[in-house]
Amino acid sequence: MRLNCPLCGPRDRREFYYSGSEDLLNRPAADATVEAWNDMLHLRLNPAGVTRDLWYHETGCGSWLLVTRNTVTHEILATERVADRKGAA
Amino acid sequence: MPELIAKTALAGQAPATHAGTTLAEADLGPVTSIACFPGQQKAVATTLGQPFPAPNTHAKGLCWTGPDQAFLIGRTAPDLTGLAACTDQSGGWVTLRLDGPLAAEALMRLVPLDLHKFTPGQAARAPLGHMQMVLMADAQGFLILVFRSMARTAWHEIETALKACAARAAL
Ligand SMILES: [Zn+2]
Repeated sequence: MRLNCPLCGPRDRREFYYSGSEDLLNRPAADATVEAWNDMLHLRLNPAGVTRDLWYHETGCGSWLLVTRNTVTHEILATERVADRKGAA
Repeated sequence: MPELIAKTALAGQAPATHAGTTLAEADLGPVTSIACFPGQQKAVATTLGQPFPAPNTHAKGLCWTGPDQAFLIGRTAPDLTGLAACTDQSGGWVTLRLDGPLAAEALMRLVPLDLHKFTPGQAARAPLGHMQMVLMADAQGFLILVFRSMARTAWHEIETALKACAARAAL
């Protein structure tokens, strides 16, 4: 498995740390309901098909990547740097 | 305070040559990590008097090491107050040189990159086994930077790989 780091190019899976679902990027507002916080912290889908999750380019450039991939076909459909996304600090 | 003697991590280590390929320690002098503050990359380049390196490249002692980040190698950093976070990394790294016909092949046993296509001026952040590495290619061969504490491990791993490639070439 290879992930295409937008900065470093195509890299081997062993260079990356897997963090989990992109849900972690979508923090509810501070005054959101307990249910919204519970969903973000604990509820995860486990889709057979397209999923989006966070990978850290640990032994590369140190970027967090948002990876769109298919858990059935193992295709990597897209990779982007979290820092390059609109609204990123 | 008495004058202390600066020593490289592998001071006294003789170069090792197998099948015409040589592993040796190099001394690059001062190393400073320059991490540009947001939007300051151009100003940093102006102060340094040279372009900020594009990802995966190095030139004139300035090597890309990450987003908005580079190592200045071989000279002390100018005053970049307000433009970048500078940390003196001199002595924190060991530099190994690997030059010769089996260099790429030996290194590829430890580094998951196609190093046959790694040409002078190219650089990469990549693992050497399980070690963090900054890799550069110049006209002579490969320059390998790993943390100083990993110096002997890196030397051992690379020389072992080189010996194996040399044994195979001798068949
Ligand atoms: Zn990367």
